[in-house]
Amino acid sequence: MGVRIKEFPNAFLELTSQGKKELLRTMIRIRSFETRVEELFLAKRIPGFVHLYIGEEAIAAGIMANLRKNDWITSTHRGHGHALAKGAQMTRMMAELYGKRSGYCKGKGGSMHIADFSVGMLGANGVVGGGFTIAVGAGMTAWMKKTDQVAICFFGDGASNRGTFHEALNMAAIWKLPVLFINENNLYASTTPASYGVAVSRISDRAAGYGIDGYTVDGNNVVEVYNVSHTLIDRLRSGKGPILLECRTYRVKGHYVGDPEKYRTREEVKNQAEENDPIKRYTSYLLEHSFIQPEEIDLLWKEAKEEVEAAVRYAEEDPYPEPDEAIQDLFSSDQEVLV
Amino acid sequence: MSIISFSEATLQAMIEEMERDSTVFVMGEDIARQGGIFGQFKGLPDRFPGRVLDTPISETAIIGSALGAALTGLRPVADMHFADFISVAYDELVNQIAKNRYMFGGQADIPLVVRAPDGIVPGAAAQHSQSVEGWLMNIPGLILVSPSSPATAKGLLKSAIRSNNPVIFFEHKLLYPQKGEVPDKEYLTPLGKAEVRRAGKDVTIATYSIMVQKALEAAQTLSREGIEVEIIDLLTIKPFDLETIVTSVRKTHRCIVAHEGVVHGGAGAEIAAQIQQEAFFHLDAPILRVGTKNVPIPFSPPLLEYVAPKVADIEKAVKQVLYREEN
Ligand SMILES: Cc1ncc(C[n+]2csc(CCOP(=O)(O)OP(=O)(O)O)c2C)c(N)n1
Ligand SMILES: [Mg+2]
Repeated sequence: MGVRIKEFPNAFLELTSQGKKELLRTMIRIRSFETRVEELFLAKRIPGFVHLYIGEEAIAAGIMANLRKNDWITSTHRGHGHALAKGAQMTRMMAELYGKRSGYCKGKGGSMHIADFSVGMLGANGVVGGGFTIAVGAGMTAWMKKTDQVAICFFGDGASNRGTFHEALNMAAIWKLPVLFINENNLYASTTPASYGVAVSRISDRAAGYGIDGYTVDGNNVVEVYNVSHTLIDRLRSGKGPILLECRTYRVKGHYVGDPEKYRTREEVKNQAEENDPIKRYTSYLLEHSFIQPEEIDLLWKEAKEEVEAAVRYAEEDPYPEPDEAIQDLFSSDQEVLV
Repeated sequence: MSIISFSEATLQAMIEEMERDSTVFVMGEDIARQGGIFGQFKGLPDRFPGRVLDTPISETAIIGSALGAALTGLRPVADMHFADFISVAYDELVNQIAKNRYMFGGQADIPLVVRAPDGIVPGAAAQHSQSVEGWLMNIPGLILVSPSSPATAKGLLKSAIRSNNPVIFFEHKLLYPQKGEVPDKEYLTPLGKAEVRRAGKDVTIATYSIMVQKALEAAQTLSREGIEVEIIDLLTIKPFDLETIVTSVRKTHRCIVAHEGVVHGGAGAEIAAQIQQEAFFHLDAPILRVGTKNVPIPFSPPLLEYVAPKVADIEKAVKQVLYREEN
């Protein structure tokens, strides 16, 4: 599926066995978190809306394995996986989903607004396509401060139709900013198939409009995502300008928990979940090459489950914010001269 | 004191703040090569190479990237070319900049300034003449300021740049060439603080931007008729200095609010509502508002004359609250 994938060295093989295992751990942690969040939502423990990342974990895991803590990402409404992979704490994420006080946003954000600035996670976004220009601004900071930090902007196939996409890619391109635009093409924008709503069959082709490189990879193959982004992120760090990377994937769950999913067949979903699951695929690959032992895999699932349960307990026990905390945090009071 | 133009005053503010803090930079359309369409950035790019950036015509990306830069350690000043074009970046201002700090639980400060040249210039018509603070009054999380003179322009812009909160700096296009006294020593004009421009015992006029001058003109005529108005220059439109206004109203018992933006749903509506809430029993007349009629700004001179708020409108409103003239 990839475009010119062969030009990328197989950096994955250079990873230590620990490194290879970490990719799997990240995917399993996301899957375990999301699966539990779905249950908690259906059990009405979590209010609001949740958009699950199940089936798309290889993208967050593969990309983030190439990032440093002080690199930045902008995320989407489907952002739990990005946050976890970038290093956000599961406990504080879960508390935020519950609307509790020690959540990342002290209960002011919820699922669609999780951010952790201490690890460079500049926020999920309730506005589709809202992250493009913010990532450009982060890229400007690296450019103006002459650091080799990079900014990664995650966005969907639906978001690629926003005007913000155009302005952001053009601006990043003229200034050669270190921004990697990662399109998570999960084939649907809510009920609208990409084949209907996106005028090109490859979103990476849109890179040509900005004179930058565009690539398409199999987003459910974590090795491919890791390898391609490894090279691309190195390129960003050397100041060669922005790149568009389309990761083809599939949204296994509904657009949101509770989506009646009338726009696709059960069969299509079942096939994808069985044949194209990124965790199954990576697990078989690791076992095939004896990069991991079956017991180690079991342990990863067990540890993830324990971590998730600890996060649930944490969130359950955490108090709600006091009602009048609702009027805090609007403004910084540092050096402020407001009356 | 030196006598300089409003435009030069904003330039001095930029220079001083860019010298003081290397993370301050400015971006916008036609600001580096041209020095800004009103000359307000002249010479700045030579002084600060790499920190005065011409952008493509991409208002959305200008404002959105200013946010990204502010969240990651810079202090951007983004020029909107014309305040009217805020609409193009409305989502970035309203759903991102105004909300990021709050919805992330106070994790991030957003030290950015949006410079927005606004106001009526005869002939500029519907899309280049608006005062759009009303569009933003209803959005928690933004600070709106608007200077009325070179001295306040310099002091407010410096405060805006130093603020860790997003500040929208509305600068009236007709004020750019106007000259006035500016202190030679460094100073800041505080955000959120009004200044009394003229003392008077009969009617309070709460106003800002170019309407301060119109109010001062009206005051002279009115004074000849024995009416002494007190003029309060708000400087910060949101959050405005209610205390200073109410202190004045307790003395005068009458108040009008004057601004160039459309009256209907404009900033004056909120200001008047808060004054009456705070000082109802001190008021001897309803608070009246003066501003643009409820239509877009027209092109032809007689049409504009009819629609735009004038000195005479202020005089009339003052007399109305004194019951010296019929509605
Ligand atoms: C500007 C805007 N328009 C519409 C929506 C409603 N909405 C939320 S998610 C979504 C679909 C987004 O599709 P895509 O970008 O492909 O991301 P995915 O959900 O597939 O991850 C829509 C229409 C929104 N939140 N923001
Ligand atoms: Mg999609």
